[in-house]
Amino acid sequence: MTSTCKPSLSLLFALAAAGFGLAGFTPSALAADPEAQLVIKNHRFEPTELKVPAGQRVKLVVHNQDGTAEEFESHALNREKVIPAGAKVALFIGPLKAGRYEFFGEYHGDTAKGVIVAE
Amino acid sequence: MFASALIVFRETLEAALFVGIIAAATKELSGRTRWLGAGVATGVLGALALAALAGHISAWADGIGQDLVNVGILSVALVMLVWHCVWVSTHGREMAADARRLGSSVRQGQRAPWALFVAVALAVLREGAETVLFVAGSVSGSAGPTSGLLLGGALGLAGGVVVGVFTYAGLSRIPTQRLFAATNVLIALLAAAIASQLAKALTQSGLVERWSTPLWDSSALLSGDSALGAVLHALLGYDARPSGVQLMFYVAVLALIFAGTRLVTRQLSAARVYRSSSS
Repeated sequence: MTSTCKPSLSLLFALAAAGFGLAGFTPSALAADPEAQLVIKNHRFEPTELKVPAGQRVKLVVHNQDGTAEEFESHALNREKVIPAGAKVALFIGPLKAGRYEFFGEYHGDTAKGVIVAE
Repeated sequence: MFASALIVFRETLEAALFVGIIAAATKELSGRTRWLGAGVATGVLGALALAALAGHISAWADGIGQDLVNVGILSVALVMLVWHCVWVSTHGREMAADARRLGSSVRQGQRAPWALFVAVALAVLREGAETVLFVAGSVSGSAGPTSGLLLGGALGLAGGVVVGVFTYAGLSRIPTQRLFAATNVLIALLAAAIASQLAKALTQSGLVERWSTPLWDSSALLSGDSALGAVLHALLGYDARPSGVQLMFYVAVLALIFAGTRLVTRQLSAARVYRSSSS
């Protein structure tokens, strides 16, 4: 009974996997992305206004120089990522339309605020 | 105190809803509480370990280590939930029917749904690690007394647990015959929500480049930051600005579960007809 089910079921899973594969795994393209840097110090982002090119994917590098973790969060960019104390992490944003995109540090929302300007 | 309560509550909410739904789905199984408890405990231990290693992990692969770990956790959780929906739930129904025919108890006809418990452990692990990092950070970084912070964290955690308990209590009111179908739909939606988060992690880590721009922006209508938005995010995978890949993953997983369940159900009933005609 099970042996008749398995081939067709695994075919279904294989099709699904192929579908997901179409989303395009392109690690080779990583090197080409422009980089932008943010620093967290005393629960504040530096700079508070960061310019990035519009219309292309940008590698955002965030260096947390505080002794406590922070979470980079942006509803406008649809991104969130924890940055442990002293860590330097990377995340990819965009391609963005020209405009202003606010972000904040979830763990210190009263001081850690900034905006990314795509132009 | 209020700020820390809110942050811990938001981190706990997702895992609590998840555990509440799974607890209701497995209500009829003997020994379920022990299994579920073990799943949650494993998740908490894993969260502590993950938080302790966070500094190392974040440095992996040029700064995308956490996203890679997330991709791994979400992928395994997704496979477990899809597997449960397509395979275990259909066979569970079949085995329960067989058991009833043979006059033995329904409970004996069902096996422990280990796939669900792995998924529970992973949900607690992922949400728990962020909570641990936040609480540890605010305690070590705070100049003044930390009692308010810790109290806030405890209140947030308790709030999350209450939501989970209410979810379970609410679902438990559904009559047993229909509970199975209802929780199966909820688990399929949880799987789709996880697929969407997986797509987001793949895009954020740079592994997937295509279709990363948001398809729409419904944040003015329902912000993902609002209470309802957060609950719908946990239950249905609501996102105010979903990318094309997120939507594709979401729809693909629902389609896969739907097609897979139909396929397995049809083959099971065909096998039953064959068995009854040959005996």
